[in-house]
Amino acid sequence: MRYLCYTLGDPTVPIAPPTPELMAKMGEFMEEATKAGVLLSAGAAGPLDEATKVRYRDGEFTVLDGPYTEAKELVGGWALMEYRDKAEAIEWTKRFMAIAGEGEVTIRPV
Amino acid sequence: MTGSDTHTAIDAVVRIEWARLVATLARYAGDVGLAEELAQDAVVAALEQWPGSGVPANPGAWLTTVAKRRAIDLFRRNRELERKYAQIGRDLETDAAGAEFDQAVFDPAAGDDIDDDMLRLIFTACHPVLAVPARAALTLRLLGGLTTAEIARAYLVPEPTIAQRIVRAKKTLARARVPFETPDSQQRPSRLSSVLEVMYLIFNEGYSATAGDDWMRPDLCHEALRLGRLLAQLAAAEPEVHGLLALMEIQASRIPARTGPSGQPVLLLDQDRTRWDRLLINRGLAALERAGKLGGAQGPYALQAAIAACHARAFRPGDTDWARITELYGILATVMPSPVVELNRAVALSMAFGPQAGLDLVDQLVGEPALRDYHLLASVRGDLLMKLGRAAEAQAEFERAAELTRNGPERELTASRARAARQLSGQVTQPRTAPAQSPGTGRTPPA
Repeated sequence: MRYLCYTLGDPTVPIAPPTPELMAKMGEFMEEATKAGVLLSAGAAGPLDEATKVRYRDGEFTVLDGPYTEAKELVGGWALMEYRDKAEAIEWTKRFMAIAGEGEVTIRPV
Repeated sequence: MTGSDTHTAIDAVVRIEWARLVATLARYAGDVGLAEELAQDAVVAALEQWPGSGVPANPGAWLTTVAKRRAIDLFRRNRELERKYAQIGRDLETDAAGAEFDQAVFDPAAGDDIDDDMLRLIFTACHPVLAVPARAALTLRLLGGLTTAEIARAYLVPEPTIAQRIVRAKKTLARARVPFETPDSQQRPSRLSSVLEVMYLIFNEGYSATAGDDWMRPDLCHEALRLGRLLAQLAAAEPEVHGLLALMEIQASRIPARTGPSGQPVLLLDQDRTRWDRLLINRGLAALERAGKLGGAQGPYALQAAIAACHARAFRPGDTDWARITELYGILATVMPSPVVELNRAVALSMAFGPQAGLDLVDQLVGEPALRDYHLLASVRGDLLMKLGRAAEAQAEFERAAELTRNGPERELTASRARAARQLSGQVTQPRTAPAQSPGTGRTPPA
């Protein structure tokens, strides 16, 4: 089963840049997940002020540049993972968060 | 969390840790059979203790330490194994027994050792002293972490069959005194090809189920993919490892398109290509490029992957570069001579240069003993005859193909083509465009 896993954060709270130690630990985690064959692709979303929305309504296109004041939650990091089942997804996510720190990760089958 | 939730969570932890646990223990015990028993004992202990204490921060280290303690108990009772006991005793002291459970989940210092042990485990489970089905079962058990019940379900055989196969395999390894080592440079090529063969057989059993009512069993494909991805990290310098991974990723990209709404097979040229998994295609193309950069473009798996890539790159069947595919099959036939490869080359020839060109080659293969009962020879021949407007002959071939295949949905597909041929043979026949059997791999032409 393929899962999209992503963190959601408050867009008004700036995220501190990761320490070299965190980067190193995350690198090890990514290596483990790659070796286990579960990590397909991963990345991080850029800041909201670089985001663009394209809306199509009543036959009209509208292009809206960010940031968006109404945004309450912001996708931070994301990963496409291949797990056997939800239990495995939860366990790997716990391991990720033990390194990444406190927060919330949503796991969605895709 | 309810009791069953806890149980599910523990099962997931165990599956994730299993291969590393067995690999580590096998190095100490020098025997994968004993290693598996020790690992199983540690899992039993975890099932008893974790529901109360919670899953430790480093469950892998917890399991390893419990298993090592158990090993000491065993070795104490067995004087012959005293030397090993002494070694593990020393290691346990230096591990500062238990302190490591609170460390980060992955211990980077252990990384290289664990990788070596995992590679040893792969080579051992796929050792040529074992029959091929035994290698596959042992690999799924020890490296995939599947239970015998799960393996039995995947292969549609009774659980005792698999359990026995694994027990015998472990005994055979012990009796043959197969060391827990990676092969030396002289043996490495043949041992590696045994490993790749096992992985591809597991993949193909899922991709083209040889028997039963399912056309595919994708779980087996995914297990094989996982193993291939693991091996691509552990033996990254071996071009054919990437060649095989490329082949599996690209073939797996078609899984969503290979069955119709009622589970019936959809052949390659009839597939809705928008349902092909682009991510897997891209991963496959990248792996193929790695194989080429390592000098392995002419390896049998890399060549098959290159053929699969020709299909993957074509957004419409009409865009397929059949001339290139014909050429690649020609090279493959020299690297890995096989009547099945020739049969695939015939299909490619027919697509590039017309059905008669394909039929000329197929007719040369009809006498091949290896293909005598091969349903795809009959179905390819039927397809080419159909395209040439020789419907009555095509009907006979399709009927023969339907008799020969052991796969239910495939039999139904072939029988329906026989019926279509019968209808046409009664009328004035016109060459028509029928879906061709797909070329793709040397072993089994996949759809």
